[in-house]
Amino acid sequence: MKLVAGGVVKGGTSLDYKTGSWRDQRPVIRLELCTQCGRCEMVCPDSAVHYVEDVYVIDVDYCKGCGLCAYECQSEAIEMVKEEK
Amino acid sequence: MNEEEAQDIMEHKDLFVSGHRACQGCGMALAVRHVLKATGNDIIVVTPTGCLETFTSPGSYSPWMVPWIHHLFENGPSVASGIAAALKAQKRDSTRVLVIGGDGATFDIGFGALSGMLERGDDVLYICVDNGAYMNTGGQRSGATPTYAATTTDPPGSQSLGKIQKKKDLPAIAAAHGVPYVATASVAYIKDLQKKVKKAMSYRGARYIQIDTPCPSVWGVASDRTLEVARLGVESGLVPLFQMEDGRITGVRKLKKRLPVEEYLKTQGRFKHLFEKGKGMEEIGEIQAIADENIEKYRLLVIRGGKDGS
Amino acid sequence: MSQVMVMEGSEAVAMAVKGSRPQVIASYPISPQTHIVERLAGMLADGEMDVQYLKVESEFSAASAVSGASAAGSRAYTASSSQGLLLMTEVLYASAGLRLPFVMTGVNRTVSAPISIQVDHQDTMSLRDSGVIQLFVESTQEAYDTHIAAFKVAEDPHILLPVMVCMDGWILTHSYERVAMIEQEKIDRFLPPFKPANFLDPLNPKTWGSIGEENVLMELRYSIQRAMELGKSRIKEVFSELAEITGRDHGGLIEAYKTEGAEIILVAMGSMAGTIKAAVNALRSKGEKVGLVKIRCFRPFPYEDIWNAIKGARAVAVIDANLSMGSEGAVCMDLKAKLYGKTNAPAVIDVIAGLGGREVNEATIQDIVEKAKESLHSDYSLKEPYWAGLNEAIVP
Repeated sequence: MKLVAGGVVKGGTSLDYKTGSWRDQRPVIRLELCTQCGRCEMVCPDSAVHYVEDVYVIDVDYCKGCGLCAYECQSEAIEMVKEEK
Repeated sequence: MNEEEAQDIMEHKDLFVSGHRACQGCGMALAVRHVLKATGNDIIVVTPTGCLETFTSPGSYSPWMVPWIHHLFENGPSVASGIAAALKAQKRDSTRVLVIGGDGATFDIGFGALSGMLERGDDVLYICVDNGAYMNTGGQRSGATPTYAATTTDPPGSQSLGKIQKKKDLPAIAAAHGVPYVATASVAYIKDLQKKVKKAMSYRGARYIQIDTPCPSVWGVASDRTLEVARLGVESGLVPLFQMEDGRITGVRKLKKRLPVEEYLKTQGRFKHLFEKGKGMEEIGEIQAIADENIEKYRLLVIRGGKDGS
Repeated sequence: MSQVMVMEGSEAVAMAVKGSRPQVIASYPISPQTHIVERLAGMLADGEMDVQYLKVESEFSAASAVSGASAAGSRAYTASSSQGLLLMTEVLYASAGLRLPFVMTGVNRTVSAPISIQVDHQDTMSLRDSGVIQLFVESTQEAYDTHIAAFKVAEDPHILLPVMVCMDGWILTHSYERVAMIEQEKIDRFLPPFKPANFLDPLNPKTWGSIGEENVLMELRYSIQRAMELGKSRIKEVFSELAEITGRDHGGLIEAYKTEGAEIILVAMGSMAGTIKAAVNALRSKGEKVGLVKIRCFRPFPYEDIWNAIKGARAVAVIDANLSMGSEGAVCMDLKAKLYGKTNAPAVIDVIAGLGGREVNEATIQDIVEKAKESLHSDYSLKEPYWAGLNEAIVP
């Protein structure tokens, strides 16, 4: 595909790069412990936690497995689980 | 980007989307996400060379859902001034201009340009995402590196314990330019950060916000401890959080109690040389003095019974 | 009615810039450019211009500010000289690379050290690799006309590069000449408002300045080279269009002056061309077959036009008011590179003249013509450029 003069690119195209491949551990949300405070969604540097159909879910396409959601969860509802290769 | 993905973004309302190449647990990425939530999309962002620029613009992959330009390292403020002037000339009054840059660009190489912009009062909000070193190139010392932190150009060794100078007091320097709004914030307190950005946006003219954004990779903390270490920094008094409007302090995040700086320093690899064989006791004392000075200067401790709580 | 007024060169440039209706101007003082930006400031203060004028804290910022303004979709202008131009170097490379058009005046002045505020072309020559289009002018009138044309060239959708109008410091900026102004309506018709296809716009968020990876960087550089190559004909068109309006034809990418039948041709740029024309006239009246190729557009380098003008000559002397230290003059290097391999090409000598304001007068030119004639002798062997008027006795 032809480049644009000056190398200008469209915004938002990083969604084509799935950073989920980086992780070696994955957060698992225990919904029965989740109080829906939204802190996990707030502290994710990669916007990989979403509130979808009344629950919080991890976007595995982009989650890098940093563990911030698990550490910051005040209900200890998130556990980091090793990724199976 | 296809329609489904566009819809995705609309729902999430993230103007800084997934897929960027920041390290796991990057404090800066988290801060930028929330800065943009606070500003909304009617902005133009300038980013000087650095971590943020590099991890958000590898070739044709960009997470920026706002117009964004990276020009050079030392001219973020001047490019922004030019953009602000153009918007004024074109009567595009609602669109606002931000610079979001690291400490290397802000404290050092772009310092002159920053001062010029602040002095002229150009309508630009300058946000420094401060991780205390030139992290993009591996962690070299900058004017923002805290005292006795290890960096690759100021490493501890038999003749050295890291940087001896104090962190440049850039918020005070910014305030000395007579600008309407200066604030410090931390990625540990996201709602406070968003409030400060919104407050800054309610002003016109040159404004400065400095955000403490830990870098787990180089600071030597686990990627899930970014916010924890940021909190400890604030609680120790080393990272005072305050707000100044028209030169007067109009808000301070008070500390309920004084946290000894050791509790902050010992969690990070970049200070571990201070804890080896009792070598750094005096230096830790000096760092405590810096924290104490902040606590007094900004009245960070909650006063109980007329005396500074301790 | 087209006004003809006696004015200082700097004033003429300021009038041309005013007529071109920039939206943003950035200025920083340095002799001998300062009168231009001062005059613009004066016009703004008197309400004669509607422009955002940034008085920045360095030339680096001046170039950066106009770059930002251009990226945001505004027509922008700045000026500098000597040390200031060198300080802008990084910005000009970056803005050319990002294809951000704006116009600037490069008021020619030598560079430190030693420090001097006198004229030569070392400063703008140092920027010749950057991707910026460089135009040179001989007179104040040509400076006025060329600045207006420069905006049209810069903003052309197939060019989109910064354009630097180079004019000799003091000689042109501070002397008084008769200058004919162009009526504002005519300028407005010639130069419509700047409407770039891509600009910083929240309604269409784009990312400028991302990393150019190994698989695209060469192609992006090539696109600049191609914009310049194709730009040559476009630049000529723009000059013709303006000449049509004003009745003043300064020439295309070059001006070939009395080159028909010339055996010795001098090649030069800037105000020196005026002196050379006088010397050529005097020599021609004595029967000497000499001529001048005045280069008006240095970047992109108009090698085809130069070749067509010089190919019949026996010897060419390129007068460089600059030096790439350790090699030779920049104009000569470019010219010789393009002549290589051409059948029956004239002999070429490089002459370094006029550095640091050293006077270049008719006697200097006559001396250079003699040197060019010497180069035709079979035993001629000049190992280095000929330094016109060098006082060897004091060289340390």
